[in-house]
Amino acid sequence: MTGRLRPADAAELREIVRAALEDDEPLEIVSGATKRGLGRPPQGTPLDLARLEGLVSYEPEELILRARAATPMVAIESWLKQAGQNLAFEPPDLGPFYDLPAGRQTIGGVIATNLSGPRRIKAGAARDHFLGFSAVNGRGEDFKAGGHVVKNVTGYDLCKLLAGSYGTLAILTEVTLKALPAPEDVRTLALAGLSASDAVRAMGRAFASPFDTSAAAHVPANLAARLGGLAGQSWTFVRFEGPEQALRAATDEVARDLAAYGAAEILDAAASAAPWRAVRDIVPLFPADGSCVWRASVPPARAAEAVAAITARLGVEWYLDWAGGRIWLRVLDEGADGGAEIVRGAVGAFGGHAVLMRASDAVRLKTAPLNPGSAGALALSRRIKQSFDPKALFNRGRMYDGV
Amino acid sequence: MPAPDRATLARREDIVARLRAVVSGEGVIADAHALAAYECDGLTAYRAMPLAVVLPSTTAEVGRVLTACRELGVKVVPRGAGTSLSGGALPLEDGVVLGLGKFNRILDIDLDNRCVVAQPGVANLAITQAVEHAGFYYAPDPSSQIACSIGGNVAENSGGVHCLKYGVTTNNLLGLEVVLMTGEVLRLGGKHFDADGYDLLGLLTGSEGLLGVITEVTVRILRKPDTARALLLGFPSSEAAGRCVAEVIAAGIIPGGMEMMDNPAIRAAEDFAGAGYPREAGALLIVELDGAAVEVDHLTRRVEAIARDCGVTELRVSASEEERLKFWSGRKSAFPAVGRISPDYFCMDGTIPRKQLSKVLARMQELSSEYGLRVANVFHAGDGNLHPLILYDANVPGELDRAERFGADILKLCVEVGGVLTGEHGVGVEKRDLMGTMFTEIDLQQQQRVKCAFDPDGLLNPGKVFPVLHRCAELGRVHVHRGAMRFPDLPRF
Repeated sequence: MTGRLRPADAAELREIVRAALEDDEPLEIVSGATKRGLGRPPQGTPLDLARLEGLVSYEPEELILRARAATPMVAIESWLKQAGQNLAFEPPDLGPFYDLPAGRQTIGGVIATNLSGPRRIKAGAARDHFLGFSAVNGRGEDFKAGGHVVKNVTGYDLCKLLAGSYGTLAILTEVTLKALPAPEDVRTLALAGLSASDAVRAMGRAFASPFDTSAAAHVPANLAARLGGLAGQSWTFVRFEGPEQALRAATDEVARDLAAYGAAEILDAAASAAPWRAVRDIVPLFPADGSCVWRASVPPARAAEAVAAITARLGVEWYLDWAGGRIWLRVLDEGADGGAEIVRGAVGAFGGHAVLMRASDAVRLKTAPLNPGSAGALALSRRIKQSFDPKALFNRGRMYDGV
Repeated sequence: MPAPDRATLARREDIVARLRAVVSGEGVIADAHALAAYECDGLTAYRAMPLAVVLPSTTAEVGRVLTACRELGVKVVPRGAGTSLSGGALPLEDGVVLGLGKFNRILDIDLDNRCVVAQPGVANLAITQAVEHAGFYYAPDPSSQIACSIGGNVAENSGGVHCLKYGVTTNNLLGLEVVLMTGEVLRLGGKHFDADGYDLLGLLTGSEGLLGVITEVTVRILRKPDTARALLLGFPSSEAAGRCVAEVIAAGIIPGGMEMMDNPAIRAAEDFAGAGYPREAGALLIVELDGAAVEVDHLTRRVEAIARDCGVTELRVSASEEERLKFWSGRKSAFPAVGRISPDYFCMDGTIPRKQLSKVLARMQELSSEYGLRVANVFHAGDGNLHPLILYDANVPGELDRAERFGADILKLCVEVGGVLTGEHGVGVEKRDLMGTMFTEIDLQQQQRVKCAFDPDGLLNPGKVFPVLHRCAELGRVHVHRGAMRFPDLPRF
């Protein structure tokens, strides 16, 4: 097989996979093709799922949306918006981060990479809103798992396994998602000039308050200019969502509780939108010049220490999301490994891990973008890959060598 | 269950001796009297006497037990507190029960990172009790939360009355330590979110003890809402109550809890608990709103208005914490309440799209007359999770059998209307033979191949979840079955 394959439906897709199985021909699974920069460099014949798109059903009162896997996110978001709902995990649009246009990604790509935005800390990740699917495995068989209701424990939770599997296990053809009411209103409490350690303490305090805190982020002074209209000093943001009356009480009381960290500005819904979109879409670490960008997960209260351990040894720009639980880092002097040893060493000391989100192909081949973990976990991952895709046809090597 | 292997039964003394060499002293139970305590779990209709029970107290001991069992070719049934309602911990006569009861300590309370690290035998409620002094709690609250263990909650991916808003176990879990059948110990996740690589944490959650033995759990804890208020809403019919539920959600409100009971359940609960329920109501809703006081005030008014529009006949709002708990007391004691009006009952568990509720309840009444058995319904209304309670008397010949068939018909009905076989209790042995109504043979084979990646000899909790057991070697073969067409005309770009 050569050229690009574009199956019209699941049946054609199945036949393509069967042919690939016979010919032992690896396939690169793409739909929006906006995430080729993530993971190890793709290989194989491009298999373009773009025609497997469209809404299957949407019942807002059941909180359930079913769509074909290559349905563009912009379409899904517009259907949800009409019903006053959203995907609570706040999926980012990383097109521009990878030097591609915005608005091109598909739901299948978002699920396959388990991408989640600032609200993840409250509402869960993409995987927590992924309820069921139909797919084709590496044997060329159609199979399904999960269901079309919001609560289900029937059989293994293969949705979790497929979310974040980078298309290495099966080709999704249809997904069922949990849709939730969008917040009525939004307020952001913004504190200026905090150090990283004070910011981490303040954000932790906000999450220990009895209010509906939906996100917390900290952007240092050197990156604040990229948030739109806020410059010159660091900014620490705490976001509340809910009915307007509740938001007033939340911002008043939490601002009072955080008075030791300075007077807070209150941003209304309109003023909140830009900074949170920037935090979500990694805008503070633009320009997209191909420099290495890392995403580290650490216990939130340890974020400032982890950042200090990295900046002591490596030139980086950084900011925090998830109240410190997520650290975004751009490496300024990357060296041969993109800073892997220093970044992974520092966050590993706190029990965390780091994913290389963007780098040149050379660095992505040399440095595992995803940390394979212990030898035992890697061996198990290989056996799981084999249980779905015995000949490693799908996105071969996108996660680890051979997986 | 699969017929016990005679050769294994004949080696019993050797197996017990080998286990004693690994776990000393009272960690191995082989005496018939003591074993009887383990012959069933919360699904008491099924019983079996295990070969032996082993109670290790460290992760290393668990590893040695599993290694020994693998070398001996002996099956292992993991067990937490034994409260499973689907028979997840039902012993095998030719297998060893591995009890995690000695893993009963909370290891770390980390308020700064809002998480708790606990051993798997710690009771669900004990986690909340350990952090409530600081204003925190652990959200998933299965009704057996006083007794059920956190390890068992992970194995079954347990829910509770608050899970529409706060999620089930998998949504509240950060890390696990797990021992594989190979004796290997894996640490997954930790105090941070979203490990990279395959989501093994998510896969193990709800795997019903078939993939590994959990030896440590890290859960996230949440700040307890300032205010919680319950509305008690009586409706003339389940249809009206169901419409109210749909309207609340359509209004963009996700209550902390939203429970429905049908008339037989209302009567049983009221007679038992005296919670002040309207005995004549066709259906009762308890809607709990939580959050900051101003938010709760606002939402209470909105839910009241919706309930009036839906024809509510009884409307009470809790004015105190005492009254809120009283509203809940009837619902929370629904199971023992039904236990008082019937010698035995089955607690079923299926999920349906909510819009199908009245159809399902009507059909259930027909089935009730056909089988000559009473049924009462409690229902996690927000997420469509039904718990029909089938009343029977095991001492009346034929009733158990009829109750089982009635239950199976209800679950098939759930699947027929677009739902699933189990919302929060797991498949276990109870629903194993119904898996084919929801999944194709290919679906089930794919799941079993995942099992093979963890446990190639099929020694961990076999006979649960899957109706037909295949050997891993057979499942692993790759058949190349090219279809008739090769798509020579397929557009290529």
